[in-house]
Amino acid sequence: MIEERFDAIVVGAGMAGNAAALTMAKKGMKVLQLERGEYAGSKNVQGAILYADMLEKLIPEFREDAPLERHLVEQRFWIMDDRSHVGLHYRSEDFNEERANRYTIIRAQFDRWFSSKVREAGATVLCETTVTDLAQDAYGRVIGVRTDRQDGEIRADIVVLAEGVNGLLGTRAHLRERPKPNKVALAVKEMHFLPRETIEARFNLNGDEGVVIEAAGTISGGMTGMGFIYANKECISVGIGCLVADFHRTGKTPYELLDRFKRHPSVAPLIEGSEVKEYAAHLIPEGGYKAIPQLYGDGWVVVGDAAQLNNAMHREGSNLAMTSGRIAAEAIFQVKSRRLAMTKENLALYKRMLDRSFVLKDMKKYKDMPRLMHTNSQNFFLTYPQLISKAMQTYLRVDGTPKTEKQKSTLKSFVNARSWIGLFGDAFRFARAWR
Amino acid sequence: MKIDRSVRVEDKLFCNRYLVDAGRPHIKVRAHTRPSSQLLALLKACPARCYDLNDKGQVEVTVDGCMECGTCRVIGESTGDVEWSYPRGGYGVLFKFG
Repeated sequence: MIEERFDAIVVGAGMAGNAAALTMAKKGMKVLQLERGEYAGSKNVQGAILYADMLEKLIPEFREDAPLERHLVEQRFWIMDDRSHVGLHYRSEDFNEERANRYTIIRAQFDRWFSSKVREAGATVLCETTVTDLAQDAYGRVIGVRTDRQDGEIRADIVVLAEGVNGLLGTRAHLRERPKPNKVALAVKEMHFLPRETIEARFNLNGDEGVVIEAAGTISGGMTGMGFIYANKECISVGIGCLVADFHRTGKTPYELLDRFKRHPSVAPLIEGSEVKEYAAHLIPEGGYKAIPQLYGDGWVVVGDAAQLNNAMHREGSNLAMTSGRIAAEAIFQVKSRRLAMTKENLALYKRMLDRSFVLKDMKKYKDMPRLMHTNSQNFFLTYPQLISKAMQTYLRVDGTPKTEKQKSTLKSFVNARSWIGLFGDAFRFARAWR
Repeated sequence: MKIDRSVRVEDKLFCNRYLVDAGRPHIKVRAHTRPSSQLLALLKACPARCYDLNDKGQVEVTVDGCMECGTCRVIGESTGDVEWSYPRGGYGVLFKFG
């Protein structure tokens, strides 16, 4: 056993782990952070968008040296069928502000930088170390971790589980269930490299301006899922993700889905001639509020993806991770400063603080959305996109058909596909889940 | 079982960086004579196509190209078909971009 004793051990050097380790180290706590990758970020995968506000609360001057790609001036939502897309674009000059609100980032580079800040704050960061188990005493209280290094047991007053979506340690210690196929999505992504002038021309950008495209529709083949295209400085992140349960049910392969998305006539011209330099896969927590596990116990708290904190409706995850990491750290520090023990009772403070934050408020707002999307995936991801596309085409094509007839045929196609009861039911259910 | 070969996953994995922990696979498939439906599902669901059939019709796993996403764990661990861990520290996939 490593004799040195720490105030806190943080497992994982992703967004949540780094936020937690940084916050505790800054407050003078003796922190050990363990990361299984060669360096922080080498195991982490995200789209990826960084929301500035949440990082600013941790590192106010981050813009000075963080590896940021492009600040976002435009957001596109696409509803796609096999040959077309209906889009909602929002672009504003207001986003060209000095302290931009959102950036695209490359996680392996960003996390490395984030980790350097954690070290500067005084935490001990140990990479290439896989935590194999939580060390528990006879009463089940977590007293430390065991790693794959020799003499691998290390003790601490508290363990912060920032181990990511798979949450292996928490499961092994019976602190929570393993992720279920209908509560996690598998996303695959490629990095497409092109000269930056080409990217700027194709996406209509000046300098470091950026665009993100989120897409849903027949591209997921009736499964609950979404595609995305994010413009970075010299590359484009192209990916698609669907529920694991849907992959299991349909027998569709993730790589074929990604290939189909890339070949789509709306996507292909954006990445034409690019060089692919990486292919990545990752799970995304999609279970929403109802899938959140017990968040704290004797000697432990769980943060970020490991706590299923992901807002699928707004595609926000890393900011919830950072915020939960920071809040957990602040709660731990409060317990410590009152000279109290890291018991379940005292750590309930973390949950109370998280309840008051946007993290759990937002999660709660959409608590019924995952079920609605998952049980109606054929309608929301296949039928409606096809109907909407057809309606747009009927509307735009000028062929001598009187407009009244066009409207009638569009309405008829909706009613034929879903029936009046189905249409009202879907609208009602969607409105209720959204409200 | 028909497996889609139209996309060459090997080519995709070829651009990734790996440090393979030779002889110490982090994922194991339970010995079986006839594969369960969960195991068969992994032939398609695994994004790195680590799962394949041998000539006896059994499902085998080769973890060299594994991206450690956990999809096979989510499908196959609860039934006992798959035994799942992370690779030892420093080993496995090393994302340059992530």
